[in-house]
Amino acid sequence: MSLIRLSRVSRRYQMGTETIHALREVSIEVGRAEYVAIMGPSGSGKSTLMNLIGCLDTPSSGTYELNGTNVSDMDDNELAEVRNKEIGFVFQTFNLLPRANALHNVELPLVYAGIPSEERRQLALEALTNVGLADRVNHKPTEMSGGQRQRVAVARALVNRPSILLADEPTGNLDSKTGAEIMSLFEALADQGHTIIVVTHEEEIARHARRILRIRDGLIASDERADSHALVD
Amino acid sequence: MHWWIELREGLRIAWDATRANKMRAGLTTLGIVIGIVTVTLMGTAIQGLKRGFNQSISALGSDVLYLERYSWFINSHEEWIRQNRRREITWDQVRGLQRQITSARAVAPTVNTARPVKYKNRSASSVMVIGTTDQALYTGGTSVANGRFLTAGEAEGGRPVCVLGAQTATNLFRGESPVGARVYVGGYPFDVVGVLEPQGEFLGAFSLDNQVIVPIGQFTSLFTQRPDYAIHIKARDMDSLEDTREEARGIMRKLRRLAPGQDDDFAINQQDQFIKTFDKITGTIATVGIFITGLSLFVGGIGIMNIMFVSVAERTKEIGVRKAIGAKRRAILVQFLLEAAMICLLGGLLGLAIAAPGTLLLRKVMPATISLSIVGLALLVSLLTGVLAGFLPAWRAARMNPVDALRNE
Ligand SMILES: Nc1ncnc2c1ncn2[C@@H]1O[C@H](COP(=O)(O)OP(=O)(O)O)[C@@H](O)[C@H]1O
Ligand SMILES: [Mg+2]
Repeated sequence: MSLIRLSRVSRRYQMGTETIHALREVSIEVGRAEYVAIMGPSGSGKSTLMNLIGCLDTPSSGTYELNGTNVSDMDDNELAEVRNKEIGFVFQTFNLLPRANALHNVELPLVYAGIPSEERRQLALEALTNVGLADRVNHKPTEMSGGQRQRVAVARALVNRPSILLADEPTGNLDSKTGAEIMSLFEALADQGHTIIVVTHEEEIARHARRILRIRDGLIASDERADSHALVD
Repeated sequence: MHWWIELREGLRIAWDATRANKMRAGLTTLGIVIGIVTVTLMGTAIQGLKRGFNQSISALGSDVLYLERYSWFINSHEEWIRQNRRREITWDQVRGLQRQITSARAVAPTVNTARPVKYKNRSASSVMVIGTTDQALYTGGTSVANGRFLTAGEAEGGRPVCVLGAQTATNLFRGESPVGARVYVGGYPFDVVGVLEPQGEFLGAFSLDNQVIVPIGQFTSLFTQRPDYAIHIKARDMDSLEDTREEARGIMRKLRRLAPGQDDDFAINQQDQFIKTFDKITGTIATVGIFITGLSLFVGGIGIMNIMFVSVAERTKEIGVRKAIGAKRRAILVQFLLEAAMICLLGGLLGLAIAAPGTLLLRKVMPATISLSIVGLALLVSLLTGVLAGFLPAWRAARMNPVDALRNE
């Protein structure tokens, strides 16, 4: 059974009298432990797709099953719970809370999961250690470099042990060296069996993934599965 | 468990946000501060007035009727002129009432005037001189601290004796014992037979202890040509107060030869008139206070609402992030409600801190102390203002679409 199953999913935006078709009847399946890169020109619908997969948004038509559950017509609060349990987000702009230190930022998903503070602290410390930031737990985002901030964001995304890690242009705000570091972190996570979907427009980065989905004008243009290791080597 | 964890996170965020915008929070809280200062001072003043009033009013027995020429409360000038034309209450009427009334426990006629009182070279000017009988001990609710009260035999004439009020006694005698000494009341010699227990002040207006009680017979022969008696009538108990009142009224109408249908040309006053008038006064204070409080809380509340809308707008992205990682509507709502409540509560505490020295000033004129119930009320009111004012902005935040919120910069 697929982890993610989108069937003929469309997302339309109404701008006055004009209807924008951001996604047109897209059908995709993603299995457990897959590492997928989504590519395409700006405005092609990549973020729209990610928001749908991440349950931040619901389709205008079509159905989305996550882990066998239909989430297409869940309400706000149900979606919040799904996001909390199943999804880990990494954003281009990091999106950490500026007044909270690294530890508190990473604890946040556990707060909304209702985990008591002792256990929360334990899990957050573990997650920060896994991304190599054990010595930065008390730093605020402003006291860290871009790469470190993004690693805090990855720790926050993983602390709840979600089914999927979603990253929308995670290296967009990083220099190429730091970007490469983050990508090798993703690769390691993929090797550990995490399901990862990354939006990027850099071929270099996409080549790390084992499947590349290309989108154009809200349609899937190509879906290449590669024996990635052979391809990279 | 779940809500407690969310609440603690909410408190933490609210505290951080408030601390980060100290100046802004401080300024918007001004209306709340004024409201809380008003409500606290008003509440304390009313409680103080009540306490002072209750102390004073106990000097008037609740089961005692005061039959007099004038009503205690005259509402118009015309009424005053009308009552001023009434005939005095004469000694014959006093004796008639005393003889005929059956439902009273005690009847004490009284007359009073102000005279200087001298002892050796010390003198007290304008002491209240009260002429009455031995019965005043029962109608007056006073008791004797030293010596004794007037006897029935002394009451109507004979020997010039007197009983001193507590303050008059200390003023004239300092440490000495007054009993047995001779004082001069309005120039006439009187022998002191007793000293009363202190009674305190009457509504802050005059001291009930600055008085000297003399036999009514002595009073009328020495201090006045046309006495106008007031008759204090103590009922058997509270339940028969109305019956006693009716009986006294009937007897008095006959004695003053009023035709049926003619209005009473005398008044029967009682303590509860004072209570009613007092309640009207405190009611007015409360209304004015509540109006000012309400107005400033309203203005303060609008300010809080405004600042919360700003806070929500500023933190749109944060709301998006929190929602993306699993915050439900409730969690966001509570977060902003807590922030509004916290700002208001701080305003309330500031208000209390300002009101506390204010009550010390009130204490100069009444027995006022800030009570726990008033502190509780003030904090509750400010909390409520915060929750009400914060609701709309918090609701807006809670309903935000996470995708739109995240896009916000
Ligand atoms: N909230 C929105 N309202 C209207 N149009 C939108 C909205 N979000 C995205 N779009 C439009 O949908 C299309 C796809 O956008 P998006 O998914 O963000 O593209 P990408 O991430 O590939 O650059 C674009 O034409 C964009 O303008
Ligand atoms: Mg995008």
